[in-house]
Amino acid sequence: MALLEARGMVRTYGSVVALDGADFDIEAGQVTALIGDNGAGKSTMVKILSGTEQFEEGEVTLEGQRVVFNNPAAARSHGIETVFQDLALCPHLDPVENLYLNREIKRSGVLGLLGFMDRKAMRDRSVEVFTDLGATVRKLNEPVGTMSGGQKQSVAVARSAAWASKIIFFDEPTAALGVVQTANVLDLIRRVRDKGIGVVLISHSMPEVLEVADTIQVLRRGRRVATINSADSTVEELVGVMTGKLDEEVA
Amino acid sequence: MSNPTKTSSRDVQDMIESEQISIIQRISRVQALQIVIVLLTIVVIFSVMAPDAFLTVFNLRAILMNTSILVVLGIGVTFVIITAGIDLSIGSVLVFSSVISAMVMGNLGATGWVTALIGLGVALLSGAAWGFLNGFLVAKAQVPALIVTLGTMGAALGLARVITGGIDLYEIPEVMVDVIGFGNLFGEVPNLVVLAAFACLIGGIVLHLTRFGLTTYAVGSNPEACRRVGVKMDRHLIAVYMISGTTAGLAGWMSIAYFQQTSIGGQSLTPLLVIAGVVIGGTSLFGGIGSIFGSVIGLLIPVVLQSGFIIIGVESYWQDVVIGVFLIAAVYVDSRRRQKAARGSGRKPKRFQIGGVQGKSSKKEGIK
Ligand SMILES: Nc1ncnc2c1ncn2[C@@H]1O[C@H](COP(=O)(O)OP(=O)(O)O)[C@@H](O)[C@H]1O
Ligand SMILES: [Mg+2]
Repeated sequence: MALLEARGMVRTYGSVVALDGADFDIEAGQVTALIGDNGAGKSTMVKILSGTEQFEEGEVTLEGQRVVFNNPAAARSHGIETVFQDLALCPHLDPVENLYLNREIKRSGVLGLLGFMDRKAMRDRSVEVFTDLGATVRKLNEPVGTMSGGQKQSVAVARSAAWASKIIFFDEPTAALGVVQTANVLDLIRRVRDKGIGVVLISHSMPEVLEVADTIQVLRRGRRVATINSADSTVEELVGVMTGKLDEEVA
Repeated sequence: MSNPTKTSSRDVQDMIESEQISIIQRISRVQALQIVIVLLTIVVIFSVMAPDAFLTVFNLRAILMNTSILVVLGIGVTFVIITAGIDLSIGSVLVFSSVISAMVMGNLGATGWVTALIGLGVALLSGAAWGFLNGFLVAKAQVPALIVTLGTMGAALGLARVITGGIDLYEIPEVMVDVIGFGNLFGEVPNLVVLAAFACLIGGIVLHLTRFGLTTYAVGSNPEACRRVGVKMDRHLIAVYMISGTTAGLAGWMSIAYFQQTSIGGQSLTPLLVIAGVVIGGTSLFGGIGSIFGSVIGLLIPVVLQSGFIIIGVESYWQDVVIGVFLIAAVYVDSRRRQKAARGSGRKPKRFQIGGVQGKSSKKEGIK
């Protein structure tokens, strides 16, 4: 049984059918790549499974239990986090503050009740998280807005990794990054996976997908058309399945 | 794991080292340091030009007293501007609150502390109510803050005039005038200043040490990011505008103690003065940056200039000119800083967005 199973997902936007009965599976401790042409419905799937969008038909089970996420908070409370393409960081806050935004550690006792934060505990824990991931965040007290794209990405990934206990979605995490930074992010993704978390990676880079993913699921026009073991696949095959040229050859 | 221990321990070392200079960084981060230097420079210049008139206890007390009410208003405005909002209604809310407060105290007839404290409660509540209205309209009805508070600026003053028939109220409890308006702590420090300093202390603690304060910065920094992590944006904005209303209410109560009357006609420029001071103090109109300390300094500058100009015999209208220059300079520095921050991370978009040209090219490489 997969960690998360989505079956027959339907979502329309007016006359556009974004998801047309799509299935999707996520395994714990694996990187599952979700690929497909532009408009195939990848982002819609991720948004639904992370609670930012709702589905019209279908069924989602998490560890065998039926779940419905009415909002991101509901998904988060099940240990599901998302690294958004725009990273969703506050540029004026430092990495620690971003990591803990809306989940700050309060001081104990009366001060805590008054809303005082335990900055030391927050920082210590952040150091742990960043070290654990080997993240390249050097300055814990500088606004993330002044940092490089790679460092911002590290902060965003670390935030999700710190809070996710089951699943992290990455929607095109490397689209804005250079070669070195991309390698860093893929490294982060592997480390997160090694912690036993189910990682979902949306990417347009086939070499990248083949490099990091364990299984690859292909969406086309709102349906899953293939599940591929990445170990024995090639860029040509993936592109063929995505565009429909290889239809006959895939079960 | 491919992460060599050497690297990670150095990372940790860096993190710990960077934490040790955190206090200094935090201060320079709010840009308050530069503005302190500006203020000190002004003080030094006037002190040199008029050694035995400017730097006297008498004059310093006068400066602090004249700044007190503005500073209390500045607390709330700082919170609001950090969320990338604006509150033009503070002057009118001050007037409205002082009028309601004076009427209640007048009707109670008594002149003692009980009356004065009831008056304080009324002023705070009336301010909070206006703040709630502002916040509600900004957050829930999604009317731009500039328009909402421009509207309530007119409405609050209009209502104050309707209620009083435009005539100021003079029936103020004696203890209030004696103790709050003109009393001193340790014989030297005006109680009005003590009260303002206390309010600033509370405001600063809330802004810099609590979750509420952090959320205030976050809301101004990236509202979308806040929404995604589940911050209750509407509630927070309403609370922030209520803080601004409440500090305006407190300022109203202080003003009737100080002037021994309401000042219905005297506050039309107040919001602009306060906003200018807060912005000069380093709080960014674009949101996400600011401090109470900076606002205090920024609000002291105009008062110090005015006092100094009078003493050295320059027409005090020059103060307005200088403040105008400072204001534009402060916003210029702020927007330069923002541009630099955007450039520093290798991108040009206006607000720290991720994505763009680089992304497309790397995507293509991937597919090839
Ligand atoms: N908020 C929306 N409003 C209208 N149409 C949308 C919206 N979100 C997605 N769509 C449409 O749904 C389809 C699938 O989009 P998306 O899931 O973003 O695809 P992908 O991420 O695979 O490129 C597209 O045709 C897109 O135009
Ligand atoms: Mg997409």
